[in-house]
Amino acid sequence: MNPEELLQKNVSHQLTAEAHGHDVRVCMGAGCMSLHSDQIKSALTAQVKQHGRDKSCHVKGVGCMGLCAAGPLVSVEPQGVLYKEVTEEDAGEIIDSLNKAPVARLICPTDTPFFQNQMKIVLENCGKIDPERIEEYVNADGYIALIKALTEMTPNDVITQVMRSGLRGRGGGGYPTGLKWTTVAKADGTQKYVICNGDEGDPGAFMDRGVMEGDPHRLIEAMAIAGYAVGADTGYIFVRGEYSMSVKRLRKAIMQAERQALLGKNIFNTPFSFQIEVRIGAGAFVSGEETALIACIEGRRGVPSPRPPYPAERGLWGCPTLINNVETLANIPSIIRNGADWFSNIGTRTGKGTVVFAMTGRVQNTGLIEVPMGTPLREVIFDIGGGVPDGGTFKAVQMGGPSGGCIPEQYLDMPIDFDSLLEIGAIMGSGGMLVIDDSASMVDMAKFFMEFCRIESCGKCVPCRVGTVQMHELLIRFSEGTATERDLVLLEELCDLVRHTSLCGLGQSAPNPVLSTLRYFRHEYMAQIRPDFGANGVDTHESRSTS
Amino acid sequence: MKTVKSAAPSTDNRWRIVDAAMRRLGFQPHALIETLHVTQETFGFLDEDALRYIAATLGVPLSQVYGVATFYRAFTLKPKGAHHTCVVCTGTACHLKGLPEILAALEAELGLSPGGSTPDGKAALMTARCLASCGLAPAAVFDGKMVGNLTSATALKRIRQWVEHES
Ligand SMILES: Cc1cc2nc3c(=O)[nH]c(=O)nc-3n(C[C@H](O)[C@H](O)[C@H](O)COP(=O)(O)O)c2cc1C
Ligand code: FES
Repeated sequence: MNPEELLQKNVSHQLTAEAHGHDVRVCMGAGCMSLHSDQIKSALTAQVKQHGRDKSCHVKGVGCMGLCAAGPLVSVEPQGVLYKEVTEEDAGEIIDSLNKAPVARLICPTDTPFFQNQMKIVLENCGKIDPERIEEYVNADGYIALIKALTEMTPNDVITQVMRSGLRGRGGGGYPTGLKWTTVAKADGTQKYVICNGDEGDPGAFMDRGVMEGDPHRLIEAMAIAGYAVGADTGYIFVRGEYSMSVKRLRKAIMQAERQALLGKNIFNTPFSFQIEVRIGAGAFVSGEETALIACIEGRRGVPSPRPPYPAERGLWGCPTLINNVETLANIPSIIRNGADWFSNIGTRTGKGTVVFAMTGRVQNTGLIEVPMGTPLREVIFDIGGGVPDGGTFKAVQMGGPSGGCIPEQYLDMPIDFDSLLEIGAIMGSGGMLVIDDSASMVDMAKFFMEFCRIESCGKCVPCRVGTVQMHELLIRFSEGTATERDLVLLEELCDLVRHTSLCGLGQSAPNPVLSTLRYFRHEYMAQIRPDFGANGVDTHESRSTS
Repeated sequence: MKTVKSAAPSTDNRWRIVDAAMRRLGFQPHALIETLHVTQETFGFLDEDALRYIAATLGVPLSQVYGVATFYRAFTLKPKGAHHTCVVCTGTACHLKGLPEILAALEAELGLSPGGSTPDGKAALMTARCLASCGLAPAAVFDGKMVGNLTSATALKRIRQWVEHES
């Protein structure tokens, strides 16, 4: 029996969607939910009843549709229309129009670059399927990759595919995923673990949340495949404490998968067993760092430990542990299903596949987007993003949050991948993309991120604990216009020191926002230096008046 | 498997919820953070009795329980005083799109600063690291209800409503 047949046979509840005439999808992503899309869903459901269309129309909640800026969003299939800025009052009209022309005043055009220029792998189901129903995921080819792996491939075959796909980690480091899997698979020990890192600490990123809430089964499938490949029987999904909806959806998905024998003992009657537990973070940026995250799961303070040993050799409870980011794992089912060659044909030479960005700030189309690696930033910001609104002028784009850097206009045509970004002092990071226009001060942005690092520093190592405080103090002086030339020298020295001597990535990358703004917007720092302060920091004004 | 070995701090039935959480994870020391989450959800905060009880039941030194409870931002050792809470997002996009001005207005007009409450103690202002609604920046949560595209005027209006409503 091939994987498809196996699934058909086993997932008992068959989808009733095809029987329905219309599928009305209401976005229940974080952005639309904050505009109370849940109430719109209730209103639509009530209208369906009122119109007596219960049998021919199905209203469902789906994950983030991407264009959060135009929310709340509602789409109707098979009509293929997207409605924007929908209110409860519009519900009647929308249901009324199902067999007629769509409601013109609410239509959100989808022939725009925002929809046409994207390429979805990680987010392929987001905004389409009901994340709370396993049947919908299965109907979208879900769990086929897992069954294919378990029934047609050896663990080594799986790793070979991941290796050949060229997939690199999306959690910040860009480490080759296949290599990491190999290390864990080869590590000594009978007990191994898989951890999915859903801590998403960057204060401007919501890609992982989009996947956890919009397509949770995808992660479960990926983790089980990873477990099979490296020889682990237990997985943990570590979710940021603030993401209560993600926790709820993941837990529900795990239960559903267990019921269908897609998780648990002897999955699909193979010798492979795998269980997954959700663990909730408790609010500490540093606990997204892998060694700190492991401490957190073990019930300790989430502070990092020196590496090596790397978790791949000695991780959770001293056992070899595979730890991957949400977005990294979300690529796995597609790679196994479509093959490594399919994946490695997308992107650039050193960056394969797609990348998901949470685009925010001074840009028209704020939201969640996915583009092939190598897409120039100009296309992302000006075509897909729709450029800077309200007649503002683009100044820079900040990528990678508190560990990243900013990219000025002159590099916008460069294809984005891990290496090209590093070269110009930014990082791919976790995928937060903040568009900055000329109304913002770059010194202020650097100060903002440094304050974040200062607060989030766990205090274990001195350079980071003390250095971030000192750098923040200096940046306050710059932003208030009371800095001296000596402060600039000091700031640069500190950046260098903290970067090279901190224990973990938090401290090592904390200077990045300062260094990159100094590199491209040094004049903004210079403009904040008090002219009557001498080069040695002595107030020449004062020394004159007292003498 | 271990069983509950120390008695709950009181006969309050809510301790059963805490016990259930610890039991689910086999009373293992690594159940600590989960247990603290559940306890806080149940009681609103973590008092000394709770910390001692959890320490004894999971066999974790009290110092470690205290260390963990004070390390993470999600846990609080003090009861929440105010009736109403406003949680403003201090994430990057909200910062860029005018949160500093809103905070300044709340401070100037209502004497409300992050971590504090209004002089009558009715409304408290808290901050969150990115509510992941950056598309609607600036964003805040008023008594559990998310509000996007926040302005100083709407923030002031909502908090004034709370304060005036109750007097
Ligand atoms: C301070 C700090 C915070 C981090 N936060 C996250 C995070 O929130 N999510 C994440 O996936 N990785 C985070 N990382 C990176 C992880 O340590 C780890 O490299 C990553 O989860 C590995 O997954 P990948 O190989 O799939 O990228 C962080 C690292 C540091 C130093
Ligand atoms: S939350 Fe609805 S489009 Fe993003």
